Amino acid sequence: MDNKKKEPLIHITRRKNISRGKEWAIRLGAILAALVVCGIITTLTTHLNPFSVYGAMWDGSFGSERKMWALSKELSILLMISVALAPSFKMKFWNLGGEGQVLAGVLATSACMITLGSKMGNGALILLSLVAALIAGAVWAFIPAFFRAKWNTNETLFTLMMNYVAMQIVAYFIIKWESPKGSGKVGIINSSTEAGWLPYLGGKQYLLVVIVAVIVTVLMYIYLKYSKQGYELTVVGESENTARYVGINVGKVIMRTLVVTGLVCGLVGFLLVSATDHTITTTLAGGRGFLGVMVAWLAHFNPIGMILSGLLIVFMSRGASEISTAFGLNRSFGDIITGIILFFVIGSEFFINYQIHFRKSGKEAADA
Amino acid sequence: MKKFLALLVSLLMVLTLLVGCGGGGGGEEAGGDEGGAEEGALKVGLITLHDENSTYDKNFLDAFNASCEKLGVEAIIETNVPEGQECYDKAMDLVDKGCKIIFADSFGHEDFMIQAAKEATDVQFCHATGVKAHTEGLDNYHNAFAAIYEGRYLAGVVAGMKLNELKEAGKLKGAAPKMGYVGAFTYNEVVSGYTSFYLGAKSVCPDVTMDVTFTGSWYDETAEKEGANKLIQNGADLISQHADSFGAPTACEAAGVPNVSYNGSTKAQGPNTYLVSSRINWSPYYEYAIGQVQSGGAIDADWTGTLETGSVELLELGDVIAEGTQEKLDEVTAGLKDGSIHVFDTSTFTIKGEALKDGFEADVDSDPEYKADTPAVSDGYFHESEYRSAPYFPTADPVDGISLLDTAF
Repeated sequence: MDNKKKEPLIHITRRKNISRGKEWAIRLGAILAALVVCGIITTLTTHLNPFSVYGAMWDGSFGSERKMWALSKELSILLMISVALAPSFKMKFWNLGGEGQVLAGVLATSACMITLGSKMGNGALILLSLVAALIAGAVWAFIPAFFRAKWNTNETLFTLMMNYVAMQIVAYFIIKWESPKGSGKVGIINSSTEAGWLPYLGGKQYLLVVIVAVIVTVLMYIYLKYSKQGYELTVVGESENTARYVGINVGKVIMRTLVVTGLVCGLVGFLLVSATDHTITTTLAGGRGFLGVMVAWLAHFNPIGMILSGLLIVFMSRGASEISTAFGLNRSFGDIITGIILFFVIGSEFFINYQIHFRKSGKEAADA
Repeated sequence: MKKFLALLVSLLMVLTLLVGCGGGGGGEEAGGDEGGAEEGALKVGLITLHDENSTYDKNFLDAFNASCEKLGVEAIIETNVPEGQECYDKAMDLVDKGCKIIFADSFGHEDFMIQAAKEATDVQFCHATGVKAHTEGLDNYHNAFAAIYEGRYLAGVVAGMKLNELKEAGKLKGAAPKMGYVGAFTYNEVVSGYTSFYLGAKSVCPDVTMDVTFTGSWYDETAEKEGANKLIQNGADLISQHADSFGAPTACEAAGVPNVSYNGSTKAQGPNTYLVSSRINWSPYYEYAIGQVQSGGAIDADWTGTLETGSVELLELGDVIAEGTQEKLDEVTAGLKDGSIHVFDTSTFTIKGEALKDGFEADVDSDPEYKADTPAVSDGYFHESEYRSAPYFPTADPVDGISLLDTAF
């Protein structure tokens, strides 16, 4: 380094190696710092005791057995979407179409349940809905992958637009299936016959969803970490040229990976209609196709890590809702708190990857 | 993995610690903020689709808070609850919090409220705008609405008076007066609303016609504005709307076309064009239903508020109304109250050239085939909101004089 020039006050270098412990210390520090900032903002703007606000947030997720089940359900659905998106993003395929891929599954399941509800046995109907949802999700993800593989189209825009296409198709069918006429709502599908509804395991409606989520997460972990296909998509993600050089058919890997993503998204759509909500709306995916991207990135595409990042997001969201109920505040206030905490958490990744050096005093510089 | 677990545990411990402090430090304060209800007061829950930023939900929230304060009960409000499983979850959560009666405000909440009602049989569930209470047969599930068609009719009278004034001043766009109406969906509630509005206008301005367009949404400011502009370009001398946003009022103000609003006064948005607005006041229902729970009485499966109960309200008149409007309104209001005037008097309108006859059936019970099932015309008028609280005026063909520009929704 040229010693005659003045060294800048701050300079940033990329960290080469960071221990796990230090990594997590930074993250925890960020959360604590965020809580302090939130506490100050809460006191200044609402004059509430920040600790009672945090207490209410905690209650929103863990306040009762029912809330814990609701938390588990929300986490399971978000986790599965994140897990579904992980292979796409690991391959550096910017799949913003989770929303549409889930809706495709929702639509296929609803179509089966509404049109065939009285025409076949429950087992057969559930199986058929599942297969239809898987295919619909896979097709919805395959289309942009195909265009990307063949003509190198921009997948970010393509997948994003596919969301709106899916939403409009769903809107069309809602008007077709609405009940009562003109209301623009479908209501609970087969509420009297419960045809096509998944059973409640042990009397718990959400248990099945939680079990499926655990299985999907573990399978995806194995797929990404130990399978040949998982390795191939990682190589494609790191460098398409390298992948080509070692003989990987890049186009094929892109399409195959997106089909995997689409299958899992379709499965989520199936579960939303058949196991949890039993209805179809254009907002059933509820933005989780995008939230899932954040969850996956925060966990560096490690499905097991996503349990933690997903938990953080769901916890914050339920907490935000509980705050508004407990203190009569607008929901936006909870969202502000969530935003601040996420800002710190995401920001902490910077400090994990980079190190900040302040200008050293003359003596220290000489020593160095 | 060990490290991961250790961190998870420590994270949980930190959070638990925070809660511990929270419980001791601020728990009491939290209770104190909920409206001065006494210890052990009856707990009452409300589930709304959006929050106070939506005029529709604000109408419910304001009435609910006022009623709870008046009755000295503790209000617990869940806002921004979508029309899905989350509605059931939130309803059951309110049950867990000790609510003995729970209200919901949006049509799409109905199925999920019923689901909760079947499970928590000792709690009363009251759903505004729903249609299933009278067929579901649950003791603890109820619907409520108001005879808002009376309010619309009165608003129509104000509109008709204004059209007469424009006609006399030679300011009509065409030969005959024409109104425009921005609807949401081709749903009974909307159809009943625009038909009663039209009949109100027709009662004072017999040659009026009306165009109706639909936005396909209960709240879409852009679509409502575009709809209003389309109607104005089509030659409408006056606009009204079902939808809740400020879209139509602002479009009217820009074009200088008189506007009849809904759900709240829009005088601020259209000082030079606002005529009048009608709305449902939910306080009488909240007071009735909560009162029944307090006294241990049963709540009606269907409850319809009227002008008499104070549930149907006409809001402030605008500055640009025609002369003599207030006198006419007083006269018609008295007629509606004493039963000498019926909004859907079969001698005042025809459908496809024919008047509705005695024994005409409407689709009151919800079934997938939309079969007409209940005779709704007798004594010379269509009995709206009598056989269930939500409107069921037939949607198939409009009353003569009304043309539907589109029926996609």
